[in-house]
Formats: sequence, structure tokens, C-alpha cells
Amino acid sequence: MSAPRRFAPIQRLLHWLMAACIIAMLFIGVGMVSTVAPTYLPLIMIHKTLGVTLLILVMIRLALRRHYGAPPLPADLPPTIKLGARLSHLFLYGCMIVMPLLGLGMLWAAAYPVVLYGGIQIPALLPQSDRVHTLLWNAHVYLGLAFFALVLLHVAAALFHALVRRDGVFGTIALFPLKSRTTAAE
Amino acid sequence: MNQSGNPSRSGSGSLVLIAAVLGGSAAAFAYTAGWLSPGRLTPEQMISALTPPSGAPFGHRRNHAKGICFTGVFEANGNGAELSSARVFERGTYAALGRFNLGTADPNAVDATVRVRGLGLQIAAADGEEWRMALINPPIFAVSTPQAFHDLLIASGKKDPEAMKMFIQANPEFTAFATWAKTAPWTTSYAEEPYHGLNSFIFTDAKGGEHAVRWSLLPTAKGTAVSQAELQSRGPDFLEQEITERVRIAGPQRWTMVTTVADPGDPTADPSKAWPEGRRTVQVGTLVVQRIEPEQDGPCRDINFDPTVLPRGIRLSDDPFPAARSSVYRKSYDLRAAEAGDYPRTGAAKP
Repeated sequence: MSAPRRFAPIQRLLHWLMAACIIAMLFIGVGMVSTVAPTYLPLIMIHKTLGVTLLILVMIRLALRRHYGAPPLPADLPPTIKLGARLSHLFLYGCMIVMPLLGLGMLWAAAYPVVLYGGIQIPALLPQSDRVHTLLWNAHVYLGLAFFALVLLHVAAALFHALVRRDGVFGTIALFPLKSRTTAAE
Repeated sequence: MNQSGNPSRSGSGSLVLIAAVLGGSAAAFAYTAGWLSPGRLTPEQMISALTPPSGAPFGHRRNHAKGICFTGVFEANGNGAELSSARVFERGTYAALGRFNLGTADPNAVDATVRVRGLGLQIAAADGEEWRMALINPPIFAVSTPQAFHDLLIASGKKDPEAMKMFIQANPEFTAFATWAKTAPWTTSYAEEPYHGLNSFIFTDAKGGEHAVRWSLLPTAKGTAVSQAELQSRGPDFLEQEITERVRIAGPQRWTMVTTVADPGDPTADPSKAWPEGRRTVQVGTLVVQRIEPEQDGPCRDINFDPTVLPRGIRLSDDPFPAARSSVYRKSYDLRAAEAGDYPRTGAAKP
């Protein structure tokens, strides 16, 4: 099967849906821990529920990527940029998988019951442990900040492709077809 | 490539746009995180206000730092079912775990010097749901809002006597608590204290009817009122020694859980305001404390008695305190878990 010219519609839809959710998660995460106001509790509830939802969505997304593949990067892109693109995507997917797991793990290790919106209970898979809680909590915080930095880098790269290089890379993931754009490999 | 027009000019405009998007996003993120808002009341600020001049109690809770664990059961008599569909109100016996404690940031405080005594409690329902709470012995809370509590901590920490006067002027509700602190009898035992939830919650019954409630644990042990001076002649840890001996010799200690149902218009958002006398009360069950264990290796050490951990059938009201307590308790837990090495387990208590 030859590589596709664009991501499949379901992949594009999932990309933008998850992008909105992940950006919301990052903002809710830093916002909720900085306040003692009543909004703290609904924010935590959204953060936990959306986090578990995103974990399920990223699994679906990886399965779709395996099935449909991904369009190639432009042939004229310098090798270092290509490497950077591959690594940053690898790290983005890694964060999408690991962040919810760290979040769940740190709650389990603190003996908090994990209850999502609608009263859905997630049973604990880890026993209480000060050391494990501290490790996972720190990892969740610092990886979260790194995740945000990487999202910014990803946005910058996307805009660079769309506005400066105009090389069709943005078009492969855009929700709607872009006018007068050539395809990536030309 | 189909670059059109002057690539360098459109390129530089685009670069400015990209920089603006990144800068704006980073600024919005920093604002959301509170990094640009020093005036926001954060859990860190609350904990810093709780920290005594002598320093933080590393490895311990940042408030109510001195305590002792208990285990036992909650015996529900079934009467609560008319108010709430929570499983723990169905007639039956549910595992309970808790902690008697003193309202101080000093884990080595002398028992006779601490006015507020508390009880943290976790009741487990069979279906994995938990109900956690932390109650104290005054019948009303000291202040109306979390911000006022922060201001109280700051004012009471100042040497300047004018600071407390100014605080009371701005927060006159504090007078009722101050009167309690001055006049309420002291007891010689954790077992003789009533413990009040103070915060208002909403119970939802099986038909969907909602009831604003507060609850208390009222002791069955008869109290002997003593003066604070008399307590000062006892050892620094007499409360912990007394409850350990009492449960060992006299057997389980009991508290009746009484829920008080608000009438329409009663203040649910302000725990410093008592509800008028004569409100309907329902006895929903009995807390039975069967075993006492030191905190250092005890089962309560690892539990954050976060009052927002609620079973289905109980939810939050417009009272702003449970959310604030949850936020600050979480931070306190994160800190003491990370500092566990400063309060090492002895490992001796494990059977």
C-alpha cells in the first residue's frame, strides 16, 4: 500500500478534537492547582474525566495511524528538520499516552478514590505509597509543562509550514481541503 | 513550490504572526497558572499562612498536625435513607478509619495548649465508594470564607495586637468563635468531645428530593468539664495516652451521627452561622471506635481526609469551604508524602 497524500478524514477529525481537549487539559491542570475557589472541584472533575477519555482516544488514534499510515514529509525538507519532526511527534504521542497514566497512578498511590463524571469509578491498580506518589506527581507536573512547550513548538511548526514554507504539510492534517496547495512530495 | 509574491516580505509577516501566537499562548498559560496574579489565594499561600515561625512540620499534615489513628465501624441504622440514597445509610455495618487530632501546625504541641480538637473519618461502602470528612469540636466555624480564614492566620501570627482587632473589625463573625474558645468547657478525653462537620452538603434521596444538611458526631461518653489549668498539669500527650487506655480497658467508644436538616433560607454557604434551634434532626447511625494506633505506622497516616470525597447521594452545597479544604489538603498531602523521610515509619507496628 502506497503512503497516502493526506491523513484520512477520521484521523484529521480526531487530531483536531484531541488538540482542543489537550490544550484545555493543560490549561485546566495549571489553573486548578493554583486556586482554592469553588471552581477547583469541577475543574478537577473535568481534568480526570477528560484525561481518561483522551487515553482511550489516543489508543484509537494510534490504531488508525497503523491502519491508514501517514503522508510523507516533503522531499526537500532538510534531514535535521525531518528528524526533529519525527522526534517531536514521537514525544507528543508519548505524552498523550503517559500523562493520563501518571495522573491515574499518582491518585492511586495517594489512596484517593478515582471517580469520574457520572460517578464512574476506576479501581486502583497501585497501593498507597509516599514514594511512588511523589515520583508520579513530579513526573505529571514536569512532563505536563514539557508537553505544553512541545504543543507550542508543534503549533509554530504547523504555522511555519502553512504560512512560510507553504509546502502542503499543513494541508495533510487540515480539517478542510486548502485551496491552491500542492501536495507534499512534489 | 508555489510560493507567490515576495516570499521574504510575506515570510517576515508570517514570522511575526507565529511569534504573536506563541507569546500570547504562553502568556495565557502563565496567567491561568496564577504566575501573573500574586493576589490569587492559592493552596501554597494558605499553607504558608499555616506554617508557624518555627518552620513547617516536615512529613506531617500542615494543620491538625498532631493526631492518633483509630479503626472501627460505622453502624447505619437505616434512618438516613429517607434523606440520602448513599449506600452507607442503608442499615448495616461499614468499615471506618479515622484520626483524632489537634488543630495545630505543631506535631509536638502540648495537648493542653490546643483549643480545637478534631476527628478525620473515612467510611467505606461495600461497592468501593468512600465518604471522607474532617470534623472539629467548636459548634461553628471561625470565619465565613476561605479568604477570611487566610486573613485570620496572617493576623493571629502577627505580634502587633492591633492586627487581630482590625481582623475582627473586618470579620465580625469571628466573635462567636472567640466566645466559644473562651467559655466552652475543656474535656480530658477525645472520647468526650462532640465533633461537628460545620460545612453544608446536599443529600439526595431515592426520589430525587434534595435536603441541605450538616452533621455531627455526638459522644455517648459523659464529659467531665475541667479548666485548662487543670489540663496543663497533665503530660504533653495525655489525650493520646488517655484514648489508647480507654479503648483498651473500657472497650469501643461510640458517637451518634446526627444530621440536621436546613429549613429554606438557612445559611448553607457560611459555616460560621449556626442554624436556628429546633431544626429537624435525624440520627443516622453510630461510629464505633474499636482500636487505637499511633499515627507513625498507623492506617490514618496515608489518608487525606478530604471532605469532597463523597458517595453518590451526597453532594456539595454552595458552601465554599469544602473546595478550599480539598485544594489545600491535597497540597498538604503532596508535601508530606514527599517529606516522608522526615517522619520515618518505624515498621514495628506491622503485624
